[in-house]
Formats: sequence, C-alpha cells, structure tokens
Amino acid sequence: MTKTATSRWRWKQPSIIPGFGLTLGFSLAYLSLIILIPLTGLVWRTASLGWGQFFSILFDERTLAALYISFGTALIAAVVNAVFGVLICWILVRYDFPGRRLIDAMVDLPFALPTAVAGIALASLYAPKGWIGAFFTPFDIRIAFTPIGIVVALIFIGLPFVVRTVQPVMEEIDREVEEAAATLGANRFQTIFKVLLPGLAPAVLTGFALAFARGVGEYGSVVFIAGNIPYVSEIAPLLIVIRLEEFNYAGATAVATIMLAISFAMLLVINLIQAWSRRRYGYV
Amino acid sequence: MDVTINHIRKEFARFPALNDVSLDIRSGELIALLGPSGSGKTTLLRLIAGLDQPTEGKILFGDEDASHRTVQERNVGFVFQSYALFRHMTVAENIAFGLKVRPSATRPPKAEIRKRVADLLDMVQLTGLDKRYPNQLSGGQRQRVALARAMAIEPRILLLDEPFGALDAKVRKELRRWLREFHDRTGHTTVFVTHDQEEALELADRVVVMSQGKIEQVGTADDVYDRPGSPFVFSFIGSSSELPVTLAGGGVRFNGRPIGIGAAGEGPVDGKARLFFRPQDVVLMDAADALSGKVTACRRLAGTRIAEIDISNGEAKGGKPHHVEIEVPLDAPVTLGADLSFRPTRWRLFFEG
Repeated sequence: MTKTATSRWRWKQPSIIPGFGLTLGFSLAYLSLIILIPLTGLVWRTASLGWGQFFSILFDERTLAALYISFGTALIAAVVNAVFGVLICWILVRYDFPGRRLIDAMVDLPFALPTAVAGIALASLYAPKGWIGAFFTPFDIRIAFTPIGIVVALIFIGLPFVVRTVQPVMEEIDREVEEAAATLGANRFQTIFKVLLPGLAPAVLTGFALAFARGVGEYGSVVFIAGNIPYVSEIAPLLIVIRLEEFNYAGATAVATIMLAISFAMLLVINLIQAWSRRRYGYV
Repeated sequence: MDVTINHIRKEFARFPALNDVSLDIRSGELIALLGPSGSGKTTLLRLIAGLDQPTEGKILFGDEDASHRTVQERNVGFVFQSYALFRHMTVAENIAFGLKVRPSATRPPKAEIRKRVADLLDMVQLTGLDKRYPNQLSGGQRQRVALARAMAIEPRILLLDEPFGALDAKVRKELRRWLREFHDRTGHTTVFVTHDQEEALELADRVVVMSQGKIEQVGTADDVYDRPGSPFVFSFIGSSSELPVTLAGGGVRFNGRPIGIGAAGEGPVDGKARLFFRPQDVVLMDAADALSGKVTACRRLAGTRIAEIDISNGEAKGGKPHHVEIEVPLDAPVTLGADLSFRPTRWRLFFEG
C-alpha cells in the first residue's frame, strides 16, 4: 500500500464483514424516523414560542415543582432499585432454591404489565385503607396520593432494569477471584464489599441510569397513585398532558423540551462515568 | 513449613478425584505436581490451600492438623492459573489487599504496608507499575503481580496452579528461571502444579507424578526420568517405546524371537512382561537376535534423526503392527523401506501378573 493511501483518513475501516453501507444507511434512516424526527419536531414547535415565553414557562412555579417531583422521585426510586436490585441479583445468581426460576420470571413482570394496571393495583394497596397503606395510617404516614406513592410506583417499574443489567455480569464473576480474596485472609463480608461489588459498579450504574430514565418518563402508573395535586404530587409528564388538553401545544412542548434537555444531560454524565470506569478496569 | 498429606481421599459427586494420596513436603522445598489433565493434581493443591475439604484423610502443617482450618486461617499464598487479580484495584492495591483486610489488631500501619508493597514490587521487578490496573499489564507482569500479592501475607506455604500455563513459550522460559531464583532467595516451601514435564523437571527439587487420582512416583528429576517406577511414569516422562514381550529362561523374546537382552535377576524367569526403552538408548547392530524391521518414516530432529520402524515384520500372527521410534546417528545409512536392526542398551521390564 502506498503512503498516501495509508495516511488518508478513511470513513470506513476495512473489514471482512460485508454490508457496512447498507446496515449503516438503514440504521440512520430508522433512527431518524423513530427518534430524531419526532424530537426535532418537539424542539421546532417549542422554538415558535420565543425565548421570553419559553423562560416564563420554565420558571413558572408549577413547572418547576413538577420537574422537581419527576426528577426527585425518579432519582430516589433508581437509588432504591440499585441497592435492592443487586440484592435480588445476588440471590438469583448465587443460590439455588425451590422457586428460584419463578422469582427470576417475576422480575420481568413490570416490563409486561400495563403500567396503568400496576398504578391502580399499587394505589389500592397503598391507599390509607388499603392492605398495606392501613399499616402506615396509625403513624400518620400516607403513601398513596403523595410523592412517596410516586416513588413506590417508580421502584416497581424500574426494578427489572437493574436486575437484568447486573445479573449477566454477576454470573460472569470468576469464582477464583473470590477464592483469591479468601486465601489472602478476607472474610466473606470483605470479599463482597471490597472485591465483588466494586467490580459490579459499571453494570449497576448502567442499570441505575436505565431505571432513572424510565422513571422520569413514566406516566401510566404514576397518575393513578400520585393524587396529582399541583405543586405537591404532579409529575412533569402529567403537566404536559394537562397543557395538551388545554390545546396549549407550545406550552406542552416547552415542558417536554426542558425534560428532554435535563434527561439528556444526566444520561450523558452517567455515560461519561461509565466510559471512564470501563476504560480504567478494562470492561468491554 | 513441613506439610504432611496423610491418606487423603477426595470425591466429587461420588467420583473419586483423589484416592489415598500421601505425601511429605519438606520445608523450603520446591515441589512439582505433574500429571495429565484429570490426574487430580489441582485438586490436591486446592486441598492443601483449604479451598476444598477432603472426604477422608488429614493435612498437617508442621505438627498442627490443618484439615479443619478455613482458608483464611491457613495463611497460604495461592496463585491461580487465571491470576484472579482484582481488576478494579491498581497493582499496589492488589498487593496490599491481604494486609489491609486484616483485623486492626494485626494490621500493619499504613506506612509499613506501603513499604512492604514497594519491597514486593521490587522483588518481582515491577517497580514503577504500582498505579497500573491489571488490564494494562502483560500476561507475565500479571503473573508476577499475583505472586507478589500472594507473598504479601507472608504465607507459610506458596501454592501455584499452572503458573505459566497462559504464557507464551519465551516468557514462560524466563519466568521459570526467575521463579527458581525467587524461590532460592526467599526459601518458601513451594508447590506448583503443571502438566508440562519439561517445566517440572527443570524447576522442581522433587517431582510428584500423578495419574488418575494417585501418586505414581515421587522423586528428583533424575529419579523419574532415569528410574521410572511404573509403566505410566515411563511413558509419560520423555519419549519411549513399549513392547509386549515374553520371558523364557531369563531371555527376553519379542514375537517369539530372542532379541538379545536378558531379564536376569529382575523377576520371574518365565512369563509375560512389557519392555520400555527410550529412543536414544539403542544401538544399531546387524545380528539375528535383535529387534528389526522396515523403516517407515524418518525425520530430522535438531541434532539427531528419529527413525520410525515397523518391527512386527509381518510376523505378528493376527497382531497389530508395532511401531517404535529410535534415534539413529546422522551418518548411519537409513533408507525408507530398508531393514534396520537394533538392540536397546538401557531398558526396563514391567512384569505382568
């Protein structure tokens, strides 16, 4: 090969796998249709507002409260899921017990169940007179129709994301790494917290990000359990629907654009952390 | 630290992996467990470490019964075949791990841990790589980090499972020499598992040859190579040829014909036996009472030539052809298809029944 040929920047790396042009073309067209064009339309519609109106919607107290509720509850739910999701993974991967497969299958239920059904079921359970809610009533703790209810719904929705992301990575853990820790004198507690869990961190982070993103966008289950009181338990997606019903399309898209921007920024940060940890530890 | 292995038996799901194995490991010794895969060598190593529990038998560290001690209590250094480094920790953190997890009463102060890590890095010749992560190291470097990590806890005995298995030939040779020097310098009792006889013979003070869950022979490299104790050891160590022979009146016969060697004073005068000899222990000679046959293949091997000879000579009645390999001098006339006669100069007979 001549010098000019090697030094020239090439758009496509030589590969023995055929069909690069075709598959890339299809992927771009597909992503455009499914994601890019709708999102561009969203921003386009918002742009018709002008900056002054946009900021007045953004800094409207009701918008801020809804965004705060949405992102705050999603964050709490994702943290809870990250902790208990890993615990469930541990049980599913490390122990063999009757009913293990059943529990394994149950984890996927929140994926399959219509979210409205989940919301109604949770609302009736956690209502002040519901089976579970009744236990909390004497302590004057209300779960349904408050932000706590939203967190409960989002935990339900987000659990499979953490479990299904961490589980395969946990299954891959080399037994010898644990044995090595044991020969070096580490007890089980130290082995789990100093050796195994740090190794799982990138996977847990991915699961956390997925559960968080899903929680921010969740609508169906939350509207049934949240009570939807403006400024208290009204989530941003609901606010968008309310604006739509008022035929205030620009207002709806403005809130949506803000959500999109915040979500994008947060996912970007999480992805950067992941890329960094992967580079460091050599995870693929 | 002397280690005594006393009639150990280990079963996995009722399948015996080790069957009545006894072995004395002397303090400061470098010992190799050698055998084909499935011979139980890694199982034995894991039992010494306490990673598995024996079904029967005892393991003594010095005079103390270690059989029921946990891995943590045994204080052994174990280097895994896959190295099993903690990949989210730097090289220095990996090495310090065994010290950092100690209860605060026995944990050395931070400064001392740092110093110990620096000393170990120096000892395994990895100074300056302390901030690297395992995936930023080559295979040979990872191997040495694993060794330094095992040494950090000042183990009573060092156990290595196929320590050079995953390395290329050149690095393997270097590390082999390095490990020998390392052992001579530190004087740790060391047991390593290998399926590579060259590695075992070159490196170890004593070699334990294992097969099918049993110890076949324990001895120095000279012992197992020159004085194999069983047919298995003879055929496993080095190359050799095996012939079914009969003994008659103190002479050895193959296919009913005397082959010019005697079995005097070795066992029964008559009966069946198996004759073993090595390719280099033969002499070419033109005699009636010798092994002879047609040359079926001939190949050059470094400074010598190896000829493959079919000695059944069509005389074996219903028997399968017998091919033996012998070394012939470069100047000896060898043509394919021609007859060649030879006699073993050193051999070993194993009597049957």
